[in-house]
Amino acid sequence: MTSRPRHIALVGHGMVGSRFTEEITRLDPDGTRVHLTAVGTEPGPAYNRILLPHVLAGHHTDHTIALPHTPADHVHIRTDTTATHLDPLARTLTLDEGTHLHYDELVLATGAHAHLPPVPGLRESDGTPGPGVSALRQAADCHRITSLLEPGAPAVVLGGGVLGLETARGLAQAGIRVHLVESSPWIMRRQIDRGAARILTRLYTDLGVQVHTWRVAARWIPGTGLELDDGHVLAADACIVTAGVAPTTDLAQQAGLATDHGIVVDDHLATSHPRVHAIGDCARHPGAPAGLVAPGWEQAAVLARRLTGTDPGATYTGTRPVTRLKATGIDLTAFGQVDTDPDHPDPDAGDTVTVTDPRTGRYGALTVTGDRIRGAVLLGFPEAAATLAQMYETGAPPPQDLLALLQGLPSALGHSQEEPEQDPLVCRCNAVHRSTIEDALDQGATDRDAVAARTRATTGCGGCTRQVQDLIDARPAPAAR
Amino acid sequence: MSTTHCPYCALQCAMHLEPGPDGNLRARPAPFPTNRGGLCRKGWTAPDLLTHPDRLTTPLIRHNGHLEPATWEQALDTAAHHLDHLRRTHGPDANAVYGSGSLTNEKAYLLGKFARLALGTSQIDYNGRFCMSSAAAATNHAFGLDRGLPFPLTDIATAQVVLLAGANPAETMPPMMGHLAAPTLIVIDPRRTPTAQQALDHGGLHLAPRPGTDLPLALGLLHAARTAGHLDHTYIEQRTTGFRTTWAQAAAHWPERTEEITGVPAHHIRAAADLLGHAARNRSAYILTGRGSEQHATGTATAGAWIDLALALGLPGRTGSGYGCITGQGNGQGGREHGQKADQLPGYRHITDPDARTHIAHLWNTTPHDLPGPGRSATELLAALGTPHGPRSLFVMGSNPAVSAPDTTLIKKRLAALDHLIVCDFVLSETAQQAHVVLPTAQWAEEEGTMTNLEGRLLRRTRAQNPPPGVRTDLQVLSDLAPRLGADPHHFPHDADTVLAELARASAGGRADYSGIDPHHLTAGHPQYWPAPRPTTTEPDPDRVPSTPRMFLDTFAHPDGRARFSTPTHHGPAETTDTHYPLWATTGRLLGHYQSGAQTRRIRELATTDPEATVQIHPDTAAHHGLTHGARAHLTSRRGTMTARVHTTPTARHDTVFVPFHYAHDQAANTLTQHALDPTSRMPEFKVSAVRITPAPDPATEGRP
Repeated sequence: MTSRPRHIALVGHGMVGSRFTEEITRLDPDGTRVHLTAVGTEPGPAYNRILLPHVLAGHHTDHTIALPHTPADHVHIRTDTTATHLDPLARTLTLDEGTHLHYDELVLATGAHAHLPPVPGLRESDGTPGPGVSALRQAADCHRITSLLEPGAPAVVLGGGVLGLETARGLAQAGIRVHLVESSPWIMRRQIDRGAARILTRLYTDLGVQVHTWRVAARWIPGTGLELDDGHVLAADACIVTAGVAPTTDLAQQAGLATDHGIVVDDHLATSHPRVHAIGDCARHPGAPAGLVAPGWEQAAVLARRLTGTDPGATYTGTRPVTRLKATGIDLTAFGQVDTDPDHPDPDAGDTVTVTDPRTGRYGALTVTGDRIRGAVLLGFPEAAATLAQMYETGAPPPQDLLALLQGLPSALGHSQEEPEQDPLVCRCNAVHRSTIEDALDQGATDRDAVAARTRATTGCGGCTRQVQDLIDARPAPAAR
Repeated sequence: MSTTHCPYCALQCAMHLEPGPDGNLRARPAPFPTNRGGLCRKGWTAPDLLTHPDRLTTPLIRHNGHLEPATWEQALDTAAHHLDHLRRTHGPDANAVYGSGSLTNEKAYLLGKFARLALGTSQIDYNGRFCMSSAAAATNHAFGLDRGLPFPLTDIATAQVVLLAGANPAETMPPMMGHLAAPTLIVIDPRRTPTAQQALDHGGLHLAPRPGTDLPLALGLLHAARTAGHLDHTYIEQRTTGFRTTWAQAAAHWPERTEEITGVPAHHIRAAADLLGHAARNRSAYILTGRGSEQHATGTATAGAWIDLALALGLPGRTGSGYGCITGQGNGQGGREHGQKADQLPGYRHITDPDARTHIAHLWNTTPHDLPGPGRSATELLAALGTPHGPRSLFVMGSNPAVSAPDTTLIKKRLAALDHLIVCDFVLSETAQQAHVVLPTAQWAEEEGTMTNLEGRLLRRTRAQNPPPGVRTDLQVLSDLAPRLGADPHHFPHDADTVLAELARASAGGRADYSGIDPHHLTAGHPQYWPAPRPTTTEPDPDRVPSTPRMFLDTFAHPDGRARFSTPTHHGPAETTDTHYPLWATTGRLLGHYQSGAQTRRIRELATTDPEATVQIHPDTAAHHGLTHGARAHLTSRRGTMTARVHTTPTARHDTVFVPFHYAHDQAANTLTQHALDPTSRMPEFKVSAVRITPAPDPATEGRP
């Protein structure tokens, strides 16, 4: 239709930006529809940010967390380059190297940056981390943390959310003595209830992480440690700040795009300027939860279909967030809302099942409203968690016997599908029932070969050989007959 | 008494045939390394069809809408007349040929030759496209050569761990389970099959991914295996290329992410990676795939992902470990090597390769220029029948696409749109019911030939008795028909050994080299696994029996000798569930039936045990849709509706139902499936369809008070 491929500029080449690039290459492999220029601030190729705690743990390296990249002539990636100015009317992007980039469509995937709380000692006057302090957002942060800590050294993780817990676990696996400090009454306050947090705290303690909840950091003293609001000082060679992130919206704000805790986008992933789009952590869509990669990847796929014209009607309508803690040895899944506060029960919540077993470190809470799962917190129930999370994501009705599901047992309710078998099948491969084998024995068969010759039992997969032998052995020996 | 092999699956169990008290042949198991003296109930009952009342013993020609008995002369002349007329009027591609993975090597070879030489058409493909094509494409990419199991089946019996992806041998080839008794099994299947149950009962694992997510699961296992330090980096360095791009895909599939996509707990992904990884370090692990992983529009990439996992663990090309694909059809292996596939010439040669064309043209006494080029793949061929640019006739041998092809509603329409349909079969299959000419052919116990089993081992099929009067062998049919189309009769012999000798010459120097295959070796019981190049006279031991039981031990078949990783990317199934079609339907086989059921549905013992289509469904899901165990249900996809009896299965996934594909008409599972095709193998998406389930009226109980 058009003689010239349209030019897309992409700002940000992290997890979501690089996924957008891959989708463009897949949907338009020859560049007949679009050309793409991507600029990214970080120096190297795109990598999997989610695995950074596992790099700390020593399970991964920079090299092993690189994300897929399909080279293509019509896709240009410029790393170590920052977009400094956006003029949406002129459709021009200014880069820090002084050049300009004209585009037909612009995609912002600038992500988010770590939030450093205003605690004395944590940050320099220019906002960068102070001595001994690091966020954990970029590969460079991993290098910084590793250089600060030797095995056996003490460290503080400030912020007991998902990233804080994963970081604490990773550091502990690397031989670091870890304190975890959380200002809320319990860890993972946004995702799990108090009951689950109590058991999770115990699991962390057993793994060598000291958890300090409802404690606010008062001061970071380099070379000493972190002073808390109660006057305690936690010895630490490094302070890793995992106290939340903020969407990176400088460029959008400078260009006058609407922002509200992120760049506001609609179901077309368009910002307040129709030729500018935003995806991932920098974007704010009413149906997209913050801080998870799945919605960003979904948005990248939808926007690539729109902008290449392979599916101009594609829309993004939201994601049902499922939180999965990635900490070795701990299986924790949380989604939706659970109603487990005995003092303030929610009359509209529906029915809640809870199971607590502190001794084995397991906790399950599941709230069901009508024929929908409203939410769950599942600690130590990996199989049920996987099943329920998929039901929640797809809006499927919940199982009837929730307790059985938690334990991985077949439902005990109302499914008496068959009478107990009077004459059980012994050899499935040849459909031979016990009575047939008994008949063969009555007729004089005395060993397995004779039974096989008369009934075919044992000649298929051989799985019933022992069972047939038991039936033979149950008969009196021939001499006694 | 004669000794031959079972007519059904690729395990090709050895069996003795001898007359029973009533004079009819009876089967009993014979000792052989693959079946170890076992047979399943299909094998035991196979002779029942030889004397079945439905057996066709006279040719049929359609007159005024009805199939009526005719003489062989009339039937062959009628068929030839129409084929010749269409060729003259519309060009050679107006005639199409559809073969089968059940045909002997000799038939597969001669059918391909019939299409390209006698008919001159490029339009030939076969039902093996629905069987092995994805694994074949992936294996060719990875190793440079495709043999289902590149090692004898008996090798796996001593392995510590065997991972089975989308394979259920406990039901589909029961005697194979004897080789899987000792290893710890990891079974990947959306269903808790008897194979999966066996894994759990003996300390193994069952991972039950959502249908269509085997590929990300394989990547997740690779991720977990690397994280746990199980990869063989020396092997990767020395014997492979392309690991980096594969790893980049796996890097984006950490276990928790994989859990989100597949529904398999991250915990189990790590456990499976550890179990497999530890065995791999001892060089004692196998990864085997089956149709469950391969019958997808992403089947090649999925099989590729499993091979990648095997390569990363250093399994292929070493004694005691490896990757293999479990062939399905009796001669699925040989059937894909000798020229009935749209893009191939005998010896697993590419039809576009100038050297291959020259070699075959010379043997066939024609010119490379006159050999047709590549034709349409099976699904595309069937979908084109009777369309303005498609073939106007179809010659079918050994297949029943009216039941076995995807979207049967469409396929039956296309068959009905043909000017002429010729079917060679021994019963009036659903496809034969639509034919203009039906040619009654011999069964396995009535003919000679060779089969290539799942290990790439050549087997001798021996004649136990002559065909009944009025019946001819498939080779005889081709031999009778070709001269009527103007071909030189000498080019179409009907004697199996004569055809085998020609096949051997045709395959010489090809990737599947059969030139050293000798019926005398086979009869004498000398194992011959291809490649089996004929020994040259300068060899020190010219009497050596040519055979390659284990492949790739020194080098892979690519020019640089290295295996290649693939770039498996996950984009999900071709269609998605929604509020109208909220469930995933997956299809497969039952123990008691084989393929389209044209044979096994007629055998009383088998039909009594599994008389009608069932749908396996979780009891909660059934209850949610108003169904109970034993009720009748309609399953409806975006293509059509089938009927089945509800079989509630507490171990089923809540979002997935299973239907067997052995039944016809309103019970045909392929009314649900679609024509979404794999971009490389052209395999259709049999294993994932979005469906809804609703209560259906039950003829068994209707009218009762």
